[in-house]
Amino acid sequence: MYPAGFEYFAPTSVEEALSVLERYGDEAKVLAGGQSLIPLMKLRFASPRALVDLNRIEGLDGLYEDDGMLNVGALVRHKTCERSELLKSRYDVLADAAPQISDPIVRNLGTMAGSLAHADPQGDWGSALLAAGAQVQARGPGGTRTIPLDEFFVGPFTTALEPTEIVTWVQVPDPGPRAGGAYLKLERRVGDFATAAVGVHVSFTNGKAERAGIALTGVGPRNLRARAAEEALAGHELDDDAIAEAARLAAEAAEPQDDVRGSAEYKRNVVRVFTERGLRKAAERREER
Amino acid sequence: MAAVDEVRGLGHSVQRKEDERFIRGKGTYVDDVKLPGMLHMEILRSPLAHARIRSIDTSRAAALPGVVAVVTGELLAQHNLAWMPTLSGDTQAVLATDKVRFQGQEVACVVAETPYIAKDALELIDVDYEPLQVVTTPQQALADGAPVIRDEKEGQLDNHIYHWEAGDAEATEKAFAEADRVVSLDTFYPRCHPAPLECCACIADLNPATGKATIYMTSQAPHAHRTLFALVAGLSEEKIRIISPDIGGGFGNKVPIYPGYVVATAASLLLGRPVKWVEDRTGNLISTGFARDFHMHGELALKGDRMTGLKVKMLSDNGAFFADAQPSKFRAGLFHIVTGSYDIPAAHVETDGAYTNKAPGGVAYRCSFRVTEASYLIERLVQTAAYELEIDPAELRRKNFVKKEQFPYTSATGFEYDSGDYEAALDVALEKLGYAELRKEQEEARKEGRLIGIGLASFTEVVGAGPGKHYDIAGLRMFDSAELRVHPTGKAVLKLGVKSQGQGHETTFAQIVAAELGIPPEDVEVQEGDTDHTPYGLGTYASRSTPTGGAATAVISRKLRDKARRIAAHLLETSEEDLEWEDNRFVVKGAPDRTKTIQELAFAAYTDIPDGMEAGLEGVHYYDPPNMTYPFGTYAVVVEVDRGTGAWKVNRVVAVDDCGVRINPMVVEGQIMGGLAEGFGIAALQLITFDEDGNCVGANFMDYLLPTAWETPAFELGETVTPSPHHPIGAKGVGESATVGSPAAYVNAVVDALAHAGVRNLEMPVTSDKVWAALQEAGLAE
Amino acid sequence: MTETATEQAVYTRTVNVTVNGEARSAEIETRLLLVHFLRDTLGLTGTHIGCDTSSCGACTVLLDGIPAKSCTLFAVQADGRELTTVEGLMQDGQHHPIQDGFHEEHGLQCGFCTPGMMLTATALLADNPDPSEEEIRWAISGNICRCTGYQNIVKAVQHAAAAMKEGR
Repeated sequence: MYPAGFEYFAPTSVEEALSVLERYGDEAKVLAGGQSLIPLMKLRFASPRALVDLNRIEGLDGLYEDDGMLNVGALVRHKTCERSELLKSRYDVLADAAPQISDPIVRNLGTMAGSLAHADPQGDWGSALLAAGAQVQARGPGGTRTIPLDEFFVGPFTTALEPTEIVTWVQVPDPGPRAGGAYLKLERRVGDFATAAVGVHVSFTNGKAERAGIALTGVGPRNLRARAAEEALAGHELDDDAIAEAARLAAEAAEPQDDVRGSAEYKRNVVRVFTERGLRKAAERREER
Repeated sequence: MAAVDEVRGLGHSVQRKEDERFIRGKGTYVDDVKLPGMLHMEILRSPLAHARIRSIDTSRAAALPGVVAVVTGELLAQHNLAWMPTLSGDTQAVLATDKVRFQGQEVACVVAETPYIAKDALELIDVDYEPLQVVTTPQQALADGAPVIRDEKEGQLDNHIYHWEAGDAEATEKAFAEADRVVSLDTFYPRCHPAPLECCACIADLNPATGKATIYMTSQAPHAHRTLFALVAGLSEEKIRIISPDIGGGFGNKVPIYPGYVVATAASLLLGRPVKWVEDRTGNLISTGFARDFHMHGELALKGDRMTGLKVKMLSDNGAFFADAQPSKFRAGLFHIVTGSYDIPAAHVETDGAYTNKAPGGVAYRCSFRVTEASYLIERLVQTAAYELEIDPAELRRKNFVKKEQFPYTSATGFEYDSGDYEAALDVALEKLGYAELRKEQEEARKEGRLIGIGLASFTEVVGAGPGKHYDIAGLRMFDSAELRVHPTGKAVLKLGVKSQGQGHETTFAQIVAAELGIPPEDVEVQEGDTDHTPYGLGTYASRSTPTGGAATAVISRKLRDKARRIAAHLLETSEEDLEWEDNRFVVKGAPDRTKTIQELAFAAYTDIPDGMEAGLEGVHYYDPPNMTYPFGTYAVVVEVDRGTGAWKVNRVVAVDDCGVRINPMVVEGQIMGGLAEGFGIAALQLITFDEDGNCVGANFMDYLLPTAWETPAFELGETVTPSPHHPIGAKGVGESATVGSPAAYVNAVVDALAHAGVRNLEMPVTSDKVWAALQEAGLAE
Repeated sequence: MTETATEQAVYTRTVNVTVNGEARSAEIETRLLLVHFLRDTLGLTGTHIGCDTSSCGACTVLLDGIPAKSCTLFAVQADGRELTTVEGLMQDGQHHPIQDGFHEEHGLQCGFCTPGMMLTATALLADNPDPSEEEIRWAISGNICRCTGYQNIVKAVQHAAAAMKEGR
């Protein structure tokens, strides 16, 4: 309940923030929403010597499309995503995921970028954005680099970010006008992590799935792509057989553990059921557009 | 002439008088209190479930600037305070000396200028533990070769605590021998925790200048706590003042005395400054009074569709110290109410308690002293019997209810039920539910592959502890009290021995005075919780306030009314027999214009009294209830189960309660809805469990899941009113009915959705993975 | 341990916050949680603490009008910003409609969750003046109540919504 002491910095530019990170290296932590970091600090599972608060930096809260990319700034809150008509228009997997993250008060402050940088293997954004084929912009002393999300997650709570880097933007390629997706999460209660969750994001051409993204939450050491399932769908219509097969492959791709939320077998089955339901929903939504 | 409604006594939904301070954020909870010179205490807890303490080094902690003292068991032992008695006749470690016996057990305390510094200092205490073998279930505990947890107790050679029986073993065996059929059920009521939103806290202020010990405490029983402090800490009782101010929920969690209170008091005594201890949620969940953890095996003997015998064997997991908060003569609380609403002629109940490497407790969480466990077992057994007999669950209950004509009814285990009309409550519930149509809907849904379940529970519980010759807490008889004083201007002050933690006493008890004495509730100030200013009582838990304190209030109000009658006769120059009482005044019979209001009589009590009469209008009454009271009802729950995931959703909850006369229907309904939500949480979500190393899973609100407004269903409430014949106002108490009766209704509903495929049992919490496993086995999974 | 006890540095900052319309200023440790700043530094004890994992919402305040868990913010983060606590709900000695709603619909019992619950509700009504029962339950799903079972809280919010629509 009482964190250890730290030096507090509230820079007004990304450069200023980066210079603090350079000075402190891995003894500094970046603070955006703080809804994951501060609870850890209160339990003293994290005791950084320096805290770099990004919230006074202007220009990091944009949510817009530009040049074939959806751009989500580092300070965009889950609540903004929850309400975004833009996300509801063609990014169903993100629009569905946003309101299912944690609880409504946490969503007022928590950020998408912060969630990715925290890399909790049970985090919802990780899977939703993997399914959507996302990438992050990371800025460091050497400039900005683009990291595909597949390469960004290295392990539980571990990313490819250097201690001197900050995620400034999350980007998702425009899936085109005929897209559909869904994010289905089984949780014991509002605010809980997923018992198992599945995100699907499909772009269609001529009634067939051109690209399918299927990612899984809570059933592995990190957010997982169900690649075999994705490949099985590519180039096919989303009919009952294709959906059933993809669901079967997605369940196979899961690496769940037995725990208090259920047995591995159970979670694997939820993955199968949710992949089916998610793909049906994706097809429905594509129809409606 | 005043209209009757002006007085608003019983049966009125008077809006609560206590609300104003809470909606302004001006309540006074223990942590809101600041005293000059106050220090802060934090507790170092054991990370291990069972280990010998080789050494504790507190030197680095003591050297931290801002730290005033570090207290260990060794220091307390020098003052004979390292161990304290429990409410169940055992002893409990205040701070560990030889061993730690559960994860989270208190090992040392730091007292510092701020809680931040105290927490910093905790990290500087070095404890050297030697791990020991851990025991996490009572079966393990009682098996041969299990490590003896309480090896410090002389004569304790194993982990067995007690054996207790009730009922008639011989008659029960006979019933079973003659039965057509025996239905049995093995079920476990898991460990859960009351988790009131406010954690436990105290400020101990032992003032060396005055010799007075003022202790602010989250206490549901301040007077009993005062006496126990006097006995345990050797403080002189007239110098102890316990102040239980506003309490943010109790639910039985704030009945025991916790080590934090004792150490804070000792620290204040040693340091001569006030010491505040506010536990954090982890401390609350990992170490304070949990509930249940009760293994039950029940068997119901039937002849045709009539229940003839009930046999129950239980194993109680009491944790490392036997600290159940219950009447001392009953080792398993009032579990033997287990025949419930049914006329079962023979019953026998056996319990054994065991020590394990877990936090102490078991009796808490709106359980009415283990009536929750009993009610759950019988309602689940009856449901199982209905399936096996292929009789509708409502009809099987109806056929076996104790009938209205049978009251007062003596149960096979010796309870004398005061009054009841179980069939009426069942009928109201079924009608409200549209039961017959629902059963048809269930059939149709099945054909479409949808799983709908209807669960019933017709509970009878026993509350209002209790008659002094049978009921005591640590020897203190369970009477309760009310002290009423009416001022010259007709306003009154009512002081009580009970203590609300949100139940609305400042309003409901004022309504009792209003009903008896005619003073409107807004003119009656109710005071509770400060032992310097209130008469002795045993506190509020086990739904006892209305049955005991409410009765005392009615009795003393009537005594004052009798005195007012004598004053009225004097003022109106007539005889007492010629006066009639009408709501708030005496009227001379046949002369309606010759009246005196209670306000006029109150004034006269100080200004114009008959010769020989003592001035004033006041008195105190200590009420010894002649019996317990027996609220009852029928709850019905409708659920739908997702065949793909096993997740279930509650579509309807119908709750019909009979708690006798309802003082304030709005408050009564609030209590019931709160209990129905808790019952849902217990049935669906809440679990404290342990891995094989004794690590507690469920010691924070991320793991111990409480229902939010999103999961919690809406409730449809109904009522019947069957007054208690022995209670002065016919009221029975209702605070726990819904927590007691509803878990079985929820579980019965989910089982009912799968029962057609042979599923008979699901264990709480009924999580989706368990339901899915049952669906798989029954061939119902998507 | 690489540091001895006496070497632990103490970091402080001056924080300037507007709380319930009033400018407040204090020098505090950077690690001081906002909820402790409110309760202990400013003496506003209406904001409560119910857990240690940011799970219960008892500590909810409005940060620039938006519900936030004050136990999951450092006081320094509130520098230059506006806070509303339960003590700021009354205006000119009059109840806010949400306070009337909770009182008249028996939306509180022990009162411990009530401040946070009411603030979350006012933010909901500012955003959505006519919420359905479902929308209310969703909006307050981050505020735990142990006493009421939520049904009367829903009614309290509906009561306030109706009153506010009529301009009461």
